Amino acid sequence: MLEVAGLGHTYEGEQRHVAINELGFTVESGQLTCIVGPSGCGKSTLLRMVAGLQRPTSGRVALRGAEIDGVPEDLAVVFQDYGRSLFPWMSVRGNVEFPLRRGADRRQRAMEALEQVGLADAAKKYPWQLSGGMQQRVAIARALATRPSLLLMDEPFASVDAQTRFELEDLLLSVRRQHGSTILLVTHDIDESIYLGDRVLVLSKAPAELVADLEVPLGAERDQIATRASEGFITLRSHVARLLNAGAEPEAQRATAR
Amino acid sequence: MRVRNFLGRWGLLIALVLAWEVSARLAGSVFFLPPGEILVHAWQLWLTGPAEQLWLTDAVYADVLPSLGRLFGGWLISAVLGVLIGLALGRSRRATEYFGPLLDFFRSLPTPALVPLFMVLFALGTPMQLATIVFGTVFTVVLNTADGAGSVDPVKRHTAQAFRIGPWGWWTRIVLPAASPKIFAGLRVSLSQALILMVVSEMVGSSSGLGYRLVYAQQQFEFADLWAGIVLLALLGYLLNNALLAVQRRALSWQRGAENPENPARAKGRA
Amino acid sequence: MARALRGLVGPLALLAVWELAAALGLLDRHYLPPPSVVLPRAIQLLTADSDFLLDTIATLLTFLIALGISALIAIPLGLLLGSARPARRAVLTVVEFLRPLPAVALLPLFMVLLGSGPETKITLATYAAVWPILFNTMYALDEMDPLYTDLARSFGFGRVRTAFTVALPHAAPFVATGIRVSASIALVVVVVVELIAGGARGVGTFILEASSGAGRMDLVLAGTVVVGLLGYLINSGLGLARRKAFGWAESREEL
Repeated sequence: MLEVAGLGHTYEGEQRHVAINELGFTVESGQLTCIVGPSGCGKSTLLRMVAGLQRPTSGRVALRGAEIDGVPEDLAVVFQDYGRSLFPWMSVRGNVEFPLRRGADRRQRAMEALEQVGLADAAKKYPWQLSGGMQQRVAIARALATRPSLLLMDEPFASVDAQTRFELEDLLLSVRRQHGSTILLVTHDIDESIYLGDRVLVLSKAPAELVADLEVPLGAERDQIATRASEGFITLRSHVARLLNAGAEPEAQRATAR
Repeated sequence: MRVRNFLGRWGLLIALVLAWEVSARLAGSVFFLPPGEILVHAWQLWLTGPAEQLWLTDAVYADVLPSLGRLFGGWLISAVLGVLIGLALGRSRRATEYFGPLLDFFRSLPTPALVPLFMVLFALGTPMQLATIVFGTVFTVVLNTADGAGSVDPVKRHTAQAFRIGPWGWWTRIVLPAASPKIFAGLRVSLSQALILMVVSEMVGSSSGLGYRLVYAQQQFEFADLWAGIVLLALLGYLLNNALLAVQRRALSWQRGAENPENPARAKGRA
Repeated sequence: MARALRGLVGPLALLAVWELAAALGLLDRHYLPPPSVVLPRAIQLLTADSDFLLDTIATLLTFLIALGISALIAIPLGLLLGSARPARRAVLTVVEFLRPLPAVALLPLFMVLLGSGPETKITLATYAAVWPILFNTMYALDEMDPLYTDLARSFGFGRVRTAFTVALPHAAPFVATGIRVSASIALVVVVVVELIAGGARGVGTFILEASSGAGRMDLVLAGTVVVGLLGYLINSGLGLARRKAFGWAESREEL
């Protein structure tokens, strides 16, 4: 479904800064792929380029075979900062309806999405009246209401507390089960990337390169307690942690991996 | 790159000034003078004095300095009074409820309307002007300071209590710094108000000062003098505002990080 | 309700002290008549004196016209000029120089060009009132979170649709603050022109005339009270309207 090839981005300016250096990977339809990497490694830039919000200085992004030019049609993004991403002058329902085309089923689709995230009762409330976790759920509902073929998420659960994070992670998994959505999720949390993902892509520090592309052999049924305690999880977790720790020498990594 | 940056900010202003110069010279009107001529005249008017007087002419000592003196005198009195009263007011919810509306009334009263009254109550000249400036600005400072003082969050109060910080420490090291952004906002607004009131009070009830000179020039049809005075006032307003902003930035340097940890509007393009 | 009543304590206390001071002879009754003289006079002027009423209406009308015109100019201009960052930078630099100039400094110039009539009043007040609205509108767009535009783009919104559905609601509370600031400036300028130029009728002219010659201070003070009330009602009214319309916006007073 999504194909990224030779993607690179360099910031010109006072100092030339290579953020991303020759990145390539594919995402199959229906997969939940997590991208994990150290802070400041360019993960958000990568996501913005995949979303078509930013043009890469080299390489291409193709959605279902067609190279993207600007923001493609059926794509939705969930950003990290729920507080900033909901419009304070609109109600919860207004925010969820926002991206939908005017039409008879606009309200209905918004309410359906809100029900999926468990916030149908809050439809008339305003963002400042909701907790952080609830606001982020509204942001997710807004993305879902557009019925995207590709859902991009930029550290969506980083700003909420641990309890809420677990709830939101499970919500994401259940929603995905229902719709079979294709999801690309960026995170700095190793545990989260393994818990959620079918695949984990590990990035190095800037200039970001693909350090590893790992399958997550934990099956489709995930449970916060059982899965996180399982052997497979722990092994994979230490492997990714070691890869991240080694960090800034992607060259060296590839050498030893071979 | 740097040149582009500079032009991006100042280009429009420079272009407008040039357009003014060209169009004024072409029009040749006696009312509408080109900036070049105005600056030359201003130089002659104020900066061609003897060396002992710092090259400033008598006009400066007769008009500009007294104006500045009244401006700063009035504003400083108002600032000190306003901050002290405002701090006390802001910490007392009762007092704010009882006296807030009254203070708001005096703040929103157009102070120039009081000038005839002040002319009768105070001696013409500097006392009347100081009264006008102080009365017209103190309420702004009080209300802004009170707003700031009232918004010290309870966590800080509990922290102070837990560490047994005495009243002096409480006021000077917690309330004052916490209120300082709003205090500075009030001071900036009151400074521009003070400038307006200085000009108005000099136009009406004085025989010296920049405001007086503007009216005099108008009556004598001395347009060069008039424009020079206007430009000086514009410059004064600009410098005063920026000077206060600079002071604010130094005084509140600790605050920028705390208040806007990631103000995205200021962030440059970044991963 | 109780809150509003408590707010009356201040004015009542002031009036009581004032009256007492006059009664005790601490204040010269001629120069500063007590409230028992001033307040009835004010009421009499407002209800029975048609000239004064005309003056008050003249001042109010001039103020409204000036505010209206300046809003009509400054809001669209601010939205247009503020929509792109390079334009904002350039224009805000220019505004930074023009804004601190007290509009009243231009009064002598305007009097030479336009005379002493109502045109001068309206023009100068409009000029003065344009800047706060313009500045606030542009500032609102400048500090708008770029995330908003990213969001709109990610949902496929074009520039125009983004401007109307995102930029405009975001800027609206700032514009409201700008209008409130402009309103007090416009009122001040109108009163100043009436005081100094005197060629157009208004409350300022009334006060000026009352204070000259023998000086009817009760009229002067009554007129001042009326002007003060005007200013207070306008300011509070606009503040209240902003709170009602934009309760969701934090109060950000950028002047």
